[in-house]
Amino acid sequence: MERMSKKAWLYLLPALLLLAAFLVYPLIDVTLYSLEECYNFASQTYQGVGLYNYSYVLHDPYFLQAVENTFVLVVITVPLSTLLALLISTALAAVPKLQQLFQTVYFLPYVTNTLAVGLVFMVLFQRTEYTDGLVNLMLSWFGAGPVDFINGPHWAKMFVLCFYTVWVVLPFKILVLTSALASVDRTYYRAARVDGTSRTRIFFRITLPMIRPMIVYLVITGFIGAFKAYSDAVALFGTDLNAAGMNTIVGYVYDMLYGDSGGYPSYASAAAILLFAIVLTITCINLLVTRRDERA
Amino acid sequence: MDITLNGLTKRFPARGRKAQGMTTAVRDLSFTVPHGKLVGLLGPSGCGKSTTLNMICGLEAPTAGRILFGGQDVTDLPPELRGVGMVFQNYALYPHLSVLQNILFPLENLKGKERPTRAAMRERALEAARLVQIEELLDRRPRELSGGQQQRVAIARALVKTPRVLLLDEPLSNLDARLRLPPRDEICKIQQKTGITTLFVTHDQEEAMSISDLIVVMKDGVLMQQGRPQQVYDDPDSLFVAKFLGTPPINVFAGEVKGGQLYLDGGGARPVLAAPGAPDGPVWAGVRPEGFTPAPDGPLACAVSRVEVLGRDVSIVCAHPACQGGTLRAILRSARQAEAAAAQARFALVPEKTCLFDRRTERRIRTDAPRP
Repeated sequence: MERMSKKAWLYLLPALLLLAAFLVYPLIDVTLYSLEECYNFASQTYQGVGLYNYSYVLHDPYFLQAVENTFVLVVITVPLSTLLALLISTALAAVPKLQQLFQTVYFLPYVTNTLAVGLVFMVLFQRTEYTDGLVNLMLSWFGAGPVDFINGPHWAKMFVLCFYTVWVVLPFKILVLTSALASVDRTYYRAARVDGTSRTRIFFRITLPMIRPMIVYLVITGFIGAFKAYSDAVALFGTDLNAAGMNTIVGYVYDMLYGDSGGYPSYASAAAILLFAIVLTITCINLLVTRRDERA
Repeated sequence: MDITLNGLTKRFPARGRKAQGMTTAVRDLSFTVPHGKLVGLLGPSGCGKSTTLNMICGLEAPTAGRILFGGQDVTDLPPELRGVGMVFQNYALYPHLSVLQNILFPLENLKGKERPTRAAMRERALEAARLVQIEELLDRRPRELSGGQQQRVAIARALVKTPRVLLLDEPLSNLDARLRLPPRDEICKIQQKTGITTLFVTHDQEEAMSISDLIVVMKDGVLMQQGRPQQVYDDPDSLFVAKFLGTPPINVFAGEVKGGQLYLDGGGARPVLAAPGAPDGPVWAGVRPEGFTPAPDGPLACAVSRVEVLGRDVSIVCAHPACQGGTLRAILRSARQAEAAAAQARFALVPEKTCLFDRRTERRIRTDAPRP
């Protein structure tokens, strides 16, 4: 037994070393940074230890704006993209002959570079001196006035960001759900047919519970992914996100480190720790809720 | 409610990369499951028996032929309007629902006037559960049940709508061989209690023989023979049926009929059995293991390889050149008989346990010898 456990630790060692070096150590380091007050980047000295950095970040209007943006993004895109993916993959499962083709089509955004996609969205949404953009052109058919989606009102910009995020995360979710749907044993559907079960009932009482673990997985990773959003906003609104009012928490961290007004690793660390706390809390709540449901 | 199949045929597009045309899974199948009987549909894997069951159930549409339930043509009806209960090979119990919810499921599908009240549904589900004796398991999930218990739940779910016909697809093949006996008896008991017309599919001849009122033997989508199990066993129409039924299997010898006498190949000039009325020509002679009697001057001589004592009876394995596989297996009732047989290595054949088949067509050759 003793020998066995030694062997087990030996097998675990490489993973533990890597985790310690690249996960545990940075986490501790960032926590320490976030507690060092008035840290000087040049001299690498600090004047005290305390929670001032957190207080500063929590009172920074840019950070609050970033938190608000991130939460809006999460609350809108995670449920929306999961629902859409469920709808599309269910529809795909109903047309087995075209499934391959559509799967490829839907998967294209996943393999396309974020910045390239951002450019495409600029063409769709941005107003220039020569054109109002494709979307505004379409809006004009319905008599709706041109909206400046890139430099205009906050809600318009938020709409573009959410639209973009949903569009980018959709392929992966469709892929996961399509394979989840395909892995449901056909016999359940046959049994349901013998009993004359309606399609809606089959979907809600059989299909949905069967693929539930995959949906939970998608929602949790979706939450985490949306909280970490940054590059999408940059692709759409440029690097000065604070000025555009479209910053995200990760964007705020980046700006504090390397941005034009950057050079404040302590503030960046405090913001990063706050983000970590938020994501951790929400993931725990997610897991608790799903676990409780499973037991019920 | 009897089930009548009339010229039932099912063709599929052939599968595989180079496949062309159609595969016929079931060809011109006609038989009747009499009201209130338990009928076993028996055949080797891929003989079309499951396809037949699916067509009766309504999951697959036949290419040709009709299906009648008690005179009513149900061929074009969807499954839920046929009044069938089906038990699938893997039971198809919904894993996320409790046993009670599983049994309630078919009732909850009912719409409009047919839909019972919540309390009535529960009452019917409990009744079905009582019938298969799983009342104490109602709150469990399927994965917390043994295979036999899962099967009972599946039967309860199939019976809860009080169908006219119960269909079971390989009901025992998912169970460990040693654990099959109790569920087998259970199926038989439930069928007798409810008196519901039941058709079950199996590839296990012992299973079919032991509980069926009637068996229907299929091969390559074609009906080979039907009848009471003992009758089909004793009086097979073809070599296939003779070989398919019975454990240990029938011993098949290459032989020849000359002048109303059966001679075995390599057995010398002495006939082993009288075959009055059989035309001259090469034949297969099938002898059931219990069809050998040790006799000091018996016509069948062979070399004894080994004696297997099984407790209830004794089986003797002997080498004989004319026998398919080179060895024959005789089952004798007592050890004393076996000792005598081992010493003499000579047997006489019991006429009613011996059947002759045409060598080419493998169809049965009826002799004029009296049969029981």
